[in-house]
Amino acid sequence: MKKLINNPENVVKEMLEGMVAAYPDLIKVHFSPNFIYRADSPVKGKVALISGGGSGHEPLHGGYVGRGMLDAACPGEVFTSPTPDQMYEAAKTVEGGEGILFIVKNYTGDVMNFDMAADLLKAEGYKVESVVIADDVAVEESLYSAGRRGVGGTVFAEKIGGAATERGWSLEEVKKVVEKVAKNVRSIGIALTPCTVPAAGKPTFELSEDEFEFGIGIHGEPGRKRLKMKPADEIVQMMMNAILQDMPLEKGDEVALLVNGMGGTPLMELFIVNRKVSQMLDGIGVKRYKTLVGNYITSLEMQGASITVLKLDDELKELLDDPALTPALRWKV
Amino acid sequence: MEYDVKYFDRFVRIFAKYLTENKEYLTQLDAAIGDGDHGINMDRGARTALERLGTMNPKTPRELLRIVGMALLSSVGGAAGPLYGTVFMKMSMTIGNKEKIDDKDLVKALENALIGIKTLGKAEVGEKTMVDVWEPVVEFLKEKVLNEENEISEICREIIKLAEERMKATIPMQAKKGRASYLGERSIGHQDPGATSSYLFFKSLCEALSE
Repeated sequence: MKKLINNPENVVKEMLEGMVAAYPDLIKVHFSPNFIYRADSPVKGKVALISGGGSGHEPLHGGYVGRGMLDAACPGEVFTSPTPDQMYEAAKTVEGGEGILFIVKNYTGDVMNFDMAADLLKAEGYKVESVVIADDVAVEESLYSAGRRGVGGTVFAEKIGGAATERGWSLEEVKKVVEKVAKNVRSIGIALTPCTVPAAGKPTFELSEDEFEFGIGIHGEPGRKRLKMKPADEIVQMMMNAILQDMPLEKGDEVALLVNGMGGTPLMELFIVNRKVSQMLDGIGVKRYKTLVGNYITSLEMQGASITVLKLDDELKELLDDPALTPALRWKV
Repeated sequence: MEYDVKYFDRFVRIFAKYLTENKEYLTQLDAAIGDGDHGINMDRGARTALERLGTMNPKTPRELLRIVGMALLSSVGGAAGPLYGTVFMKMSMTIGNKEKIDDKDLVKALENALIGIKTLGKAEVGEKTMVDVWEPVVEFLKEKVLNEENEISEICREIIKLAEERMKATIPMQAKKGRASYLGERSIGHQDPGATSSYLFFKSLCEALSE
């Protein structure tokens, strides 16, 4: 394993130190327990929007802390959910009197830890609600699994939920619109190479030179199947078919798109992916309202990509357009 | 036999030693069907627990188990953090203010820990989780200790053997809970990492008797 790190045990702490040094005007960092929070928090009279998850997916979630998105983000160890004390302390730091909404990616550990934090806060009289994001169509919905994983749709949930809190919406209203995002967003990922968790020192899975994993999770969890490598257009076609089979789109529908790199994919390849995605959507008469191409939710140094499609209505379009000023996403400011 | 703070201290130290020794093994098991961090996380939890025991120097079983539970909750992460944290918190709560407990009290504490795990994880036997070790072992203890009035020290070998069998019995199972469930049939043929750390838990509980 070759990584630009010091001690594998300190990667999260040292990353946070570097992040706050880069964006002191936007964010602050609290250590032990670890969380990143808005430099101007607590913002009074606003619902506090908090997310978190394992580290290694940067810029998610810490990169999305700031005006128009998250009030705080709780980074766990690499690929490990954060612990309840992180969300508990973060909530108490940023809470502005209107309640707290947690955005949780659907993984057993994340859900448990956020639930425990919510219980601790509720016991002290705080209003706390949670929305679980489960947008990965690679996982068949089934009573016999932990359910779909939360992946790229989380970026849109944090953008739109953050805009709603900024507009002064109530906790119930913010929760409702984030649930609308959760219901209308689908993602699928592929991997060309595995990634290595620093503390583990070796790749989480193996993939030979001529194979790719279809339906990969953001922690390198295996997907639907392992296939022989194909040209980008064919892979994109498979990915888009998986999304469209799960959430059919009609002529005239409008979508927001996220063509996301897993950390080790050149932007050139992501644009090649986006080219095909756009051609396919144009072909069925679906309007691309907004497109993001880049590394928004990664898996360390994994080579691969994911596609996220969010079906929009007027309310979601307006909130998506609202200003955002965060380390990793900023527009209209 | 009576179980005092010294017994629980021995138990936690043995469990911590096994977790640290098996850090790579547990991580390998998890990499096969999960996300490859169970050993790393449990080792971090074990070290945090020992560190806190060292500085806080608890005087009662309740205090000791609570410190360990909070240490695991706040340092392990993943699903294992809340689950093992709950184990120690429930045991602490069940024991209450007693300075020493007997065999039956210990079995009741373990039974409550199992209820805590099942409530939190919503898992049942046969779903390839730690419950696959916990439930049969707790049932066995209830039968032998609560009904037949044996002491745990008399049935230690059987407890360890049963935990090991149940751990190995997770190999042919298909995971239905936790991250391994995403694999569907591909989870078959691998031993569950949570069941494995649970085996180490019961092994430590028994070995702490004889020191």
